[in-house]
Amino acid sequence: MSILLDASTRVIVQGITGREGSFHTEQMQSLGTRVVGGTSPGKGGSTHLGVPVFNTVAEAVAKTEATASGIFVPPPFAPDAIMEAAAAGITLIVCITEGIPIQDMIRVKDFLRGYPAARLLGPNCPGLITPGVGKIGIIPQRITRPGHVGLVSRSGTLTYEVGSALSAAGLGQSTIVGIGGDPVLGLSFADVVQLFEQDRDTTQLVVIGEIGGSDEERAAELLGRGSRLKAVAFISGRTAPEGKRMGHAGAIISGNRGTAKSKEEAFRRAGVAVAETTDEIVSLLN
Amino acid sequence: MCQRGLPALVTLLAVKLLEYQAKEVLASLGITIPPGRVARTPEEAAQACSVLGPVAVKAQVPVGGRGKAGGIKLAQTPEEARQAAQRIIGMDIKGFKVPLVYCESALEIEREIYLGFTVDRDARANILMLSAKGGMDIEQVAEESPESIARLYPNPWRGPLDFELNGLVFEAGLGELARPLAAVIKKLHRAIPELDAVTAEINPLVVTKSGEVVAGDAKLEIDDNAAWRHKELETRYGSVLEGDPYEVEAKKRSLTYVSLDGEVGIIGNGAGLCMSTLDLVQRAGGRAANFCDIGGGARAEVVENALSVILMNPRVRGVLMNIFGGITRGDEVARGLVMARNNLGMKVPLVVRMSGTREEEGRAILKENGIEPGANAWEAAQKIVELTRAAAPS
Repeated sequence: MSILLDASTRVIVQGITGREGSFHTEQMQSLGTRVVGGTSPGKGGSTHLGVPVFNTVAEAVAKTEATASGIFVPPPFAPDAIMEAAAAGITLIVCITEGIPIQDMIRVKDFLRGYPAARLLGPNCPGLITPGVGKIGIIPQRITRPGHVGLVSRSGTLTYEVGSALSAAGLGQSTIVGIGGDPVLGLSFADVVQLFEQDRDTTQLVVIGEIGGSDEERAAELLGRGSRLKAVAFISGRTAPEGKRMGHAGAIISGNRGTAKSKEEAFRRAGVAVAETTDEIVSLLN
Repeated sequence: MCQRGLPALVTLLAVKLLEYQAKEVLASLGITIPPGRVARTPEEAAQACSVLGPVAVKAQVPVGGRGKAGGIKLAQTPEEARQAAQRIIGMDIKGFKVPLVYCESALEIEREIYLGFTVDRDARANILMLSAKGGMDIEQVAEESPESIARLYPNPWRGPLDFELNGLVFEAGLGELARPLAAVIKKLHRAIPELDAVTAEINPLVVTKSGEVVAGDAKLEIDDNAAWRHKELETRYGSVLEGDPYEVEAKKRSLTYVSLDGEVGIIGNGAGLCMSTLDLVQRAGGRAANFCDIGGGARAEVVENALSVILMNPRVRGVLMNIFGGITRGDEVARGLVMARNNLGMKVPLVVRMSGTREEEGRAILKENGIEPGANAWEAAQKIVELTRAAAPS
């Protein structure tokens, strides 16, 4: 079992004919992901990478019964792509695109309130992977191994780092989810933790947060109310000086909340072990 | 939503306009600003004063707290304005060298109001804030009397409606100014849809003795991710900002770089990995000289660019590179790195921790070329701290 993505999930790729879209579609296919089609306005009717290309998501959904979509389109067009997917009935929208203006995302989030069944992952995220089953996004398979640890993270490469450490130690994963580094996001840590909580096959949980915002604190509160998962949290940016901007729009210190200290304390209060380094995550899970 | 204090306010990767630039923008939105002139030299400041009368001579830097740092002086006469500008231009305020001053007519203040908006990232929405307690640090107001700040989440598609603005003004206890304030808030809000502003603040928003509502100060931050649709702002204001010389150089080379005050240069791919590398160096007893995220992959030219900016800083006594290549090939990264190091004639030690396909081959290439490969990030951090200590001048 897994969360969000399993062997039966029918996936389309928005922007399938582009450079990024093509490359990652092939990677997704090679893992066994059930890619049933893609969209590229103006190229409808053609076939690309062995699957049909459509002009619109609505058409793709009608013809392929897809329920999930991976978005690989440039920032000026990605917000519309997300809304198009939701309006067409897609229930899992994974937006990899980095660099979407914040105000666009705020409007998108408001739009999505009209489509409560649609879950958005990202933007500016590596997507998700269910080891041995498939993936939507760009998480490399070689860092994964099938198992029972649920891994959720804001950062891309740090996720790969922790994933490979877990895999090397024999701690396989049920699903790895990258929620993205932007300040205005779709699924939050708390949303994903809740999904793992309901997944029978997930028994352990790793949360990799970073400074900024208070999504980590909320996930901690949720875990503190009682959880069947053995959880470990790691927060990056504990030595980042205040007021210095560190790249991810999200990786920022603001107010009392949002600091590494506040997040670590929130997890400790909730009874969640806090790792000081990524290497410690493995020993705390064992 | 949090009940106490301000919602987690964001600082984003944003273009921070200087006060005079922000005021020009506000004026273009229809908000009244005091008469003022930019001066790049003491003579220009004297000239401004002779035209405007008594002025405040204000340092133009993209950070707060300039008043306390001595960056604002009142001048009654052109000679005083000249002297004030002489002292302020070129001054260092929190790491920013003051490039110019703004000379602005003093206002006859009746009362001061706070008006601003920012992105509330927890609510995934914009939040408009209004308070009768203007002229103070709003974070302090939020802490001491959160109820004195009225808040509104405007609909991001249609903006705030009149009755909502009216409600906001009354909630702030400013009902007697309902009409003029609602009009100003509406104008300020235009900066969101029209300019991709992510933060704006008018503090104080001054009500003058004659009843006019005027922007006393202005802060405006534009989303960097939206720069492509606001080319006019970039051409107009892009070149004025001066700051840390390494950050300026890094920006020219499109790197995500932040200067810090330690001795270990850091390069990583991905913000999270890069930040955790900083944490490891500190844990190993060293201090990072910078944060530098070169993004996905690790193309040789990007690595060379990053290394060359880091090596400009004479404090740097060693460099630690932490690259997690997902699909990137380790041997390619290693070859690129060796080339970059050779091209730059790098003298200080370099420790590289990299992982990816063909990482073994990559490590062998590094070793052959005298670059220390670290087996894991923690070991690499310890190694570079040790090497920089050895390289330290005694």
